[in-house]
Amino acid sequence: MNDVQQASTLPSFDTLAVGDVVAEAIFPLTRDSLVRYAGASGDFNPIHYRDDVAASVGLPGVLAHGMLTMGIAVQPVVEWAGDPARVVDYQVRFTRPVVVDADSGAEVAVTAKIGQLDAETSTARIDLTATFDGATVLGKAQALVSLA
Amino acid sequence: MNPEIQGRVYPPAEPYLVGREKVREFARAVFATNPINHDPDAARRAGHSDIVAPTTFPVVVQEAALAQLLADDEAGIDFTRVVHGEQRFSYSRPIVAGDELTAQLTVTSVRSLGGNDMVTASTQITDAAGAHVVTATSALVVRGDDA
Repeated sequence: MNDVQQASTLPSFDTLAVGDVVAEAIFPLTRDSLVRYAGASGDFNPIHYRDDVAASVGLPGVLAHGMLTMGIAVQPVVEWAGDPARVVDYQVRFTRPVVVDADSGAEVAVTAKIGQLDAETSTARIDLTATFDGATVLGKAQALVSLA
Repeated sequence: MNPEIQGRVYPPAEPYLVGREKVREFARAVFATNPINHDPDAARRAGHSDIVAPTTFPVVVQEAALAQLLADDEAGIDFTRVVHGEQRFSYSRPIVAGDELTAQLTVTSVRSLGGNDMVTASTQITDAAGAHVVTATSALVVRGDDA
């Protein structure tokens, strides 16, 4: 994880350019992470913590909740923006599961890049790439950040 | 599933009171380390009335509304075949601890693609004053018999 920024540090809109990488982070997930997310979110689907259930429905292993992957992938953007309230819109497609091994866990790597800038509203569209095991796991992952 | 549920609006779910410790618990679970997600003083210094919920927190509030759709016999959604396809959150203002939120779900589209059905549900989340806070949109893929 990156260092926590000072609360409410605002990136200067004028210094930004499309294509800039504004944040990168690697998130190590373990089975503990999945149990913690299950409790926090209320999603207790056992495919997210039981190998036997995951296998019985034909999955390659216990999977991270898609919403957990979505939830962590935006955090580098929040760190960069300095205030979670600046993320005004966030969308993803779930394209590939993250298989979390009981021993070794799983690493999700996130890169956040400026996809579009709207000077009129001082809004930046941040395009996220989230990869696990060398392949992207989210599609059209975009966060709109208000820097007004 | 039944394509005629497109346009269906479910009754508002019971109000959800956003607790500070729930926000912190959720923040820890999604690796949200920003002080504004955890520390009321940091949140107030940034101009918020209390700690701000992580971006994806509305999924917790949306859950009761989504449960209505999944339990609707007329919709005919086999829960064991549901895969989460897409998710979006569009905010008018951030969620802060202390908010009392009401979620109301509308089925915005039902379509078939490649033997599967895709249902898109839009949940309007409003505060105690009735003002819009965030719209949570979920696209669920219901796998067909052969998929």
